[in-house]
Amino acid sequence: MLSVNSYFSKTTSSAPLAIFRIAFGLLMFISMIRFWALGWIDKFYIQPHLFFSYYGFEWIKPLGDLTYVLFFICGLSALFVALGLKYTWAIITFFLSFTYIELMDKTTYLNHYYLVSVISFLLIFLPAGNYFAWDSLRGSRKSFLQIPKWNIDAIKLLLCLVYLFAGMAKLNSEWLLQAMPLKIWLPTKEDLPLIGFLFRYDWMIYLFAWGGALYDLLVPFLLLNRRTRSLGFIMVVFFHLLTAILFPIGMFPYLMIFSALIFFNYQFHQKIIDGLHQILRIKNHKTHQIQNVPFQHSPISKFKTVVLAAFFLIQIGLPFRYMLYPGNLFWTEEGYRWSWRVMLMEKAGNAQFKIVDNASGNWFYVNNEDFLSSFQEKQMATQPDFILQYAHFLYAHFSQQEMKDLSIFVDCFVALNGRKSTRYIDPEFDLTEGYDSFAHKSWILPFNE
Amino acid sequence: MAANTFTEIPNQENLINLKQSWLNAYLAWQMVAMFDIGMAEEITLRNFMNVYPLDAEGMTTTLLVGGYDLTSVNKQDEQGFPALDYLLHGLANSEAEIITFYTDEFNGPKYKIFLTDLVERMRSLTYMVLIDWKERYREEFIERDGSGATESVNSMVNAYIYYFEKFLRSGKVGIPAGIFSNSPLTDRVEARYRGNVSKELLTTALHATQNFFNGLHFDGGASGMSLQGWIDHLEETRDTNDLDSLINNQFALIHAQVVNLNDDLGVQVTIDYRGMLETYDLMQENIIFMKVDMLQLFDIKVDYVDADGD
Repeated sequence: MLSVNSYFSKTTSSAPLAIFRIAFGLLMFISMIRFWALGWIDKFYIQPHLFFSYYGFEWIKPLGDLTYVLFFICGLSALFVALGLKYTWAIITFFLSFTYIELMDKTTYLNHYYLVSVISFLLIFLPAGNYFAWDSLRGSRKSFLQIPKWNIDAIKLLLCLVYLFAGMAKLNSEWLLQAMPLKIWLPTKEDLPLIGFLFRYDWMIYLFAWGGALYDLLVPFLLLNRRTRSLGFIMVVFFHLLTAILFPIGMFPYLMIFSALIFFNYQFHQKIIDGLHQILRIKNHKTHQIQNVPFQHSPISKFKTVVLAAFFLIQIGLPFRYMLYPGNLFWTEEGYRWSWRVMLMEKAGNAQFKIVDNASGNWFYVNNEDFLSSFQEKQMATQPDFILQYAHFLYAHFSQQEMKDLSIFVDCFVALNGRKSTRYIDPEFDLTEGYDSFAHKSWILPFNE
Repeated sequence: MAANTFTEIPNQENLINLKQSWLNAYLAWQMVAMFDIGMAEEITLRNFMNVYPLDAEGMTTTLLVGGYDLTSVNKQDEQGFPALDYLLHGLANSEAEIITFYTDEFNGPKYKIFLTDLVERMRSLTYMVLIDWKERYREEFIERDGSGATESVNSMVNAYIYYFEKFLRSGKVGIPAGIFSNSPLTDRVEARYRGNVSKELLTTALHATQNFFNGLHFDGGASGMSLQGWIDHLEETRDTNDLDSLINNQFALIHAQVVNLNDDLGVQVTIDYRGMLETYDLMQENIIFMKVDMLQLFDIKVDYVDADGD
């Protein structure tokens, strides 16, 4: 216990946390503007007729035209976070608004949106607004040069978990032995300047697959170790810029690159802050007012510690929950999300729904285009929970008309990682009889290798 | 032009000639309807050439009132091949009676003018697309040889599959058979007023899509690069099955099924809609081969947004 206590009483410079806050806030601010400018608010959250909810979060829906206000609040709070202006309120607002947006429709689920939610949740509990922040500049908040060391380590731990889980997820035969799905994706990049020709060679695809897995598994250790840190960071920049060129993954590469700066020592971050002082012409003493008082967590810090301990236990546990389900994880996707499984599959499907009026025996097919955007249809056709939710939507829609006693069946075919498409859902199963839960969905047909 | 000859001298011989010209043009249209690219896409050619069912009542009002604007979106279901179909076959039961619409002292000139306007519009729209293809877009199409969303391969393959799914499978077969509506809809058959050519139109369109898949040239036996060839090329290094044979076999099954249908799909729908349903199901299987398997092999996306690989 002594060593644990002594670890938690260790302090360090608050400069790295300040730089992390600024970089994260600015990136999120840019990312909100980007999302808005691409017209995605309208496309994803205004246009569609229905939205796919996460199990347990059915009450979270887009807000019509007010959705724009939500994005505005989210973007503004990100800017406040960067500035360190009303930091606590800003980061709480950002976490809540961003997470709300993320939960509005699971069609747009991305691991890096989840990462943003997770980081911003963690930041609520860290004193990131106490140094080189607008608040401390104005004297409305005390400035601390020293904060508990575990505050910084918590962020490092989170980033390491992300890399390690992403790396472990790649240790499967598809990725390592078939080089799938890279073998589908990379050859289409042959027309890229300079590097395109590489993807003509099969061995190069394997090199990318193995290199990617190795990178994810090694880079946390390279970053943690002082002597290999620079090498690690060069790899971070190289790897993420490469993925930015090759794949449509938005802001994720930049988020990872800037986050990795946290691994550098405080002198490095202090230099950045000193540089910023000069550029912004802020007098040093203004942000250095109280030099030697170490940061003390408020009396609720016990509570904070418990919350964060639970948070990390969940972070470590969630990616393993797939083991509780039978069948092939990529096929059923039961326990797939929230686990840092990135770039692991290429999945395509086609689902034809049949509505049967049990009173008359009449039936008809559904034209999915009438209800779903092309993006929603693509996601729906390969994921059982989407298929079920859509069937229940169709039931509600069509049972309003003359027919009351309906059955709904789906004929769905899915192709996974270059295999020939096969039937995905039991076509005899009446989807109106199925309900979402954490239990295994027995009406998913078994995966045939 | 056959239309001019007919409007100058509306007699039976000229009507028969005009009907034949209409059918020839309609069959030719089936060969190009899938090419919703370039100028054709820009001016939404398909929406002005072949929207059915025709709003016959609305069209008659338009024609009689005059002063119409055929470029209006509201008038898309009052022109093109379906409108001509009605004007040449649907006005009355016999050719003699149909001719009286054009020889009528009061309304005859209005029918003649409208008929001429329709044909002229179809001619000028297609001519515009053709000239643009020859003088501008063909070059641009060839230059856009990358793999992005706006590149030619991508937009063409997406347009091709969309056509096969929405216009061939659903439009020509599924909707008339009542597959989306609980009961057969005979009025949704293509060329319903002429009747006995709807199967021929379907067959022609099927051949066109299969020839496109295999790279067979429009005017004969020669062939060039194709989706089939691309599949072959990619499958050399993979352990997938022969996707191209699967697709061609499926085309063969569809043809074999269509042969059994009545020449008039409207009649087929009435006497035995199951024949149409079976056709639909066979086409749906090919949709899966093309949209799921082929697009995955080609790595062509239907939507372009941020992703982290599902």
